[in-house]
Amino acid sequence: MSDAALRPEIVRELSGSEEFGVVQKELTVFEQLFNQVWLRKCVILVLIAIVWEAYGRHLDNPLLVPTFSDTVTALWGGLKSGVLIDRAHTSVNVLLIGFSVGVFLAAVLTILAITTQIGTDFLETVTAMFSPLPAIALLPLALIWFGLGIGSLVFVMVHSVLWPLALNTHAGFRAVSPTLRMVGRNYGLGGLGLVLKILIPAAFPSILAGLKIGWAFAWRTLIAAELVFGVASGKGGLGWYIFESKNQLDIPEVFAGLLTIIVIGLLVENVIFRTIENKTVRRWGMQH
Amino acid sequence: MGMKLDQTLPQPLLDVRGVTLQYKTRDHLVTATYRVDFSVQRSDRFVLLGPSGCGKSTLLKAVGGYMAPVEGEIHLKGAKITRPGPDRMMVFQEFDQLLPWKTVRQNVMFALETSGKLRGKAADEKAMQYIDKVHLTRFADAYPHTLSGGMKQRVAIARGMAMEPDILLMDEPFAALDALTRQRMQDELLQLWDETKFTVLFVTHSIAEAVKIGNRILLLSPHPGQVKAEMNSVPRDGDPAQAAALEARIHDMLFADKVEEDEHV
Repeated sequence: MSDAALRPEIVRELSGSEEFGVVQKELTVFEQLFNQVWLRKCVILVLIAIVWEAYGRHLDNPLLVPTFSDTVTALWGGLKSGVLIDRAHTSVNVLLIGFSVGVFLAAVLTILAITTQIGTDFLETVTAMFSPLPAIALLPLALIWFGLGIGSLVFVMVHSVLWPLALNTHAGFRAVSPTLRMVGRNYGLGGLGLVLKILIPAAFPSILAGLKIGWAFAWRTLIAAELVFGVASGKGGLGWYIFESKNQLDIPEVFAGLLTIIVIGLLVENVIFRTIENKTVRRWGMQH
Repeated sequence: MGMKLDQTLPQPLLDVRGVTLQYKTRDHLVTATYRVDFSVQRSDRFVLLGPSGCGKSTLLKAVGGYMAPVEGEIHLKGAKITRPGPDRMMVFQEFDQLLPWKTVRQNVMFALETSGKLRGKAADEKAMQYIDKVHLTRFADAYPHTLSGGMKQRVAIARGMAMEPDILLMDEPFAALDALTRQRMQDELLQLWDETKFTVLFVTHSIAEAVKIGNRILLLSPHPGQVKAEMNSVPRDGDPAQAAALEARIHDMLFADKVEEDEHV
């Protein structure tokens, strides 16, 4: 070890900026535009629309694939006559009822689960049993129990929201650090107060994730359920609109209905949930 | 334990008598402390010092009311401690002790309002007064995740002090900080003490920190924690050699009979 040669010290002069040119320079307009995610996505959407239109014209068979412009016309017609809005309203209404009931039940289940051991065991058992079960598989049973109509829809809706939300919320509660719980108890909080003021906000990232999964399940389930028995229900939703249009061979209307489903899904996921995320978990630094 | 001299002192603020603490891990019952006695007077900077495994943090949790002794009793102002409460504010070592969904100001206010001590504007003023004391006025509306570790600990201290508890319980609050920040925080804590003369029970495993922060030091031996000695610290503005001598003495007492236990302290 001692034979390391004595090395000379090194002190250097730093080069001036004139030698390496740029320290910081604005990007070109094109580069700046390309960095905008929304703009890139819009370009992709426009490309899809162009390909669709071209293929539709080439095929020239509106019964198989109507052109993009025909679909937009049908969509516009549906919006103007109010039919599409009415159908969407019915669907969203049923969804909100089912969603609220699901959220309420999930809250009851998880609060029981974190306050009692037997509640935990119960939650773990029932979520393990029911969460792999597709909601649509329950529809025949729901029809027998609740008949044709909103009751059955709400039942399958609750099924699709409840389990993922309860599972996520419970996992979130368990992940709250012992230190935060102790802080809450230090202020004299206990029981429900601790749950409401410490555990729920601390577990909010998981709860929000559960709500998003629940919403996605519920929305898909609802449309599928309406397709299955929409024929007989008095006041149909979007699924029924698609079914009806298909029966009358109004294929552009079928596509318009599908587009509406996509648009509502995107709105909820990218506007409503994104806004909640930005105002809560992102702002708090609990999610990046 | 020839500590009968204490009888002449006024009734202690905090009185820990014959406290044995046990907790269960997955497959063991661990005795953390065995028949620990000590008492804290008003405006004491009382330090619990000992190596890992001496039960000092467990003891602090018991004073905080988070666990009950299996033997002995803990009294605060003559009343037995049975549960956590805002008269004993905890400052933890972990940086995640601040509520991430509240700003600095809201964190301090939340403590005041939730415990029912103050409401609305009064709570806000009290919060800002203590945030100012820890030099974080500029960051009052910042969320905790934007603060450095030292700043988070200062918020936790401000929160604890704003509650004006009977006793502030600090569980190695500076242990996770870098050396320079830790030193500054120790100085700031002493400055705050000069201003308000609060009572603090301070847990540490650093002998130097104990001598610097404390006016009275309780030495605990490990496995299980038992009182080895209770000693006075040196005057704060005294001769550094005096402090060094005390540190050496404590070091010898703690490690004389435990050479084989190579804890990194």
